[in-house]
Amino acid sequence: MILKLQKIEKLINSELSSKIKSSSIDNDELLIEVDEKDIVDVVQFLKSNENCKFKQLIDIAGVDYPDNQKRFELVYLFLSHENNSRIKLLVKFEIDQSINSLTKIFPSANWMEREVFDMYGIRFKNHPDLRRILTDYGFKGHPLRKDFPLTGFNEVRYSEKDKKVIYEPVKLEQNYRNFDFESPWEGTNYIKEIKNSEKDGKKN
Amino acid sequence: MVKKTKSLSLNFGPQHPAAHGVLRLILELDGEIVEKADPHIGLLHRGTEKLIEQKTYTQALPYFDRLDYVAPMNQEHAFALAAEKLLKVEVPIRAKYIRVIFCEIGRILSHILNVTTQALDVGALTPSLWGFEERETLMTFYERASGSRLHANYFRTGGVHKDIPMKLVEDIEKFCKSFPKIIDDLEGLLTDNRIFKQRNVEIGIVTKQEALDHSFSGVMLRGSGVPWDLRRSQPYEIYKDLDFKIPVGKNGDCYDRYLCRIEEMRESVKIILQCIERLPKGPVISIDNKISPPNRDDIKQSMEALIHHFKLFTEGYRVPKGDVYTAVEAPKGEFGVYLISDGSNKPYRCKIRAPGFSHLQAMDYLIRGHMLADVPAVLGSLDIVFGEVDR
Repeated sequence: MILKLQKIEKLINSELSSKIKSSSIDNDELLIEVDEKDIVDVVQFLKSNENCKFKQLIDIAGVDYPDNQKRFELVYLFLSHENNSRIKLLVKFEIDQSINSLTKIFPSANWMEREVFDMYGIRFKNHPDLRRILTDYGFKGHPLRKDFPLTGFNEVRYSEKDKKVIYEPVKLEQNYRNFDFESPWEGTNYIKEIKNSEKDGKKN
Repeated sequence: MVKKTKSLSLNFGPQHPAAHGVLRLILELDGEIVEKADPHIGLLHRGTEKLIEQKTYTQALPYFDRLDYVAPMNQEHAFALAAEKLLKVEVPIRAKYIRVIFCEIGRILSHILNVTTQALDVGALTPSLWGFEERETLMTFYERASGSRLHANYFRTGGVHKDIPMKLVEDIEKFCKSFPKIIDDLEGLLTDNRIFKQRNVEIGIVTKQEALDHSFSGVMLRGSGVPWDLRRSQPYEIYKDLDFKIPVGKNGDCYDRYLCRIEEMRESVKIILQCIERLPKGPVISIDNKISPPNRDDIKQSMEALIHHFKLFTEGYRVPKGDVYTAVEAPKGEFGVYLISDGSNKPYRCKIRAPGFSHLQAMDYLIRGHMLADVPAVLGSLDIVFGEVDR
């Protein structure tokens, strides 16, 4: 298994040397990092090359690292039936960059990219139909970003008065308690405490 | 003069019984011919991936039951494997066997539901009544192992939660002996049934190439003649020691997919019987108390065990930095978990790869040119469960 991956790694590094930023094999999985402008070329190569034949796009996962200069990462997972191997493709980019869509090469990238767009607000160039997919109609924000609160901003309920479903800002009877057991001496920050401290800050 | 026709748009669902949950399909119709289908999904979106980021690894596991809720343990399996791969934990052999038994039970659960509801969608009521009786028996097995019929929360990182009693093993064996007869009965109702064949043969044909391009997996791929099953090609647990066949279809239509599912149920029964025959004795969860809780007796006697227990259920265990992708052959296809750990006690990112998501995506091209009445048939054979599509 590892031998096969090493062979693929070697091949990719020699064939696409200028486009590969780095490559590694961790936990028996091959990960290559490429520049965001080369993504289409690299994927095309992976799909068509005789020794790679990664003919299935398994998934596209977005990852958010708010502290990094290049905040977002996309991880493309590919599978080759012929070689019985998998590969991960990593792209790092900044918040305002848009990525080339893979829909031309893999039709299945369509919804996967829509999901990434929905969850992270990452834009894809040349995507035929970049709409939200999983969130509600008219939803605002991108929920899987790390700065999006777990509780969200709006809640819905059926209003007996208006005879329809209405949207309201989230009101919680009890705070969402995030027990941070990793640092036992700090305890938890409650939403109300945070709010109060923000208010105090403004007054001062 | 050419008469201009306007296409009719029809809103199918989200509360349609044949939509298998909460699918909203916007269909463009020319007479009875479907010109375009635009599935609107996300009506069951619960933000599982976001929630998992806030929970420890132990707490994250139950969310997987709620994805594909007709075969819960198969999902748990993918997550447990991912965490184990990062932690490099060895799973005891007995636990592996128990996991395989329950995953195959899950496969039968899912396939019974799918085959019979597919029949229901095209007008046959009886199979679902017969099938659901068997599902009930199977869910009792779930209950006897885990304490609950559906949301089992039975698998753990490093094994399974509790050992199964001998009586349960015997009962599962008894069921496996009698179940092939039930499959025969179902087949008697459906396989050569004229109406069932008229509604399914050569409907929703997927070619090999299309199946690959659209990221199909599982039965959707095998129905089109691609012999690919993760249990065989990238074996996990003990699948490589077991003797089973991979049914592969020929035409890639709804009928072939139905046949594949029926055959897979028979193979699953065989797998369970083999596991029961070989079921070894021993622990069912890793004995490393940094990951799995100590047993009750020890907690009463040993301070060390008590501390371990307390730490495990408050802080949880820390998982080394890294990222892994693990996939299992769930009843619906390749169910994968892409897990990124930052070294803390909570996953940094957990991307769930649901097979149904890719399958439903192809709905538009599958249904184009078919009649409106074929929509439920195709949808039925896609085997969609919205828990996993919407996540």
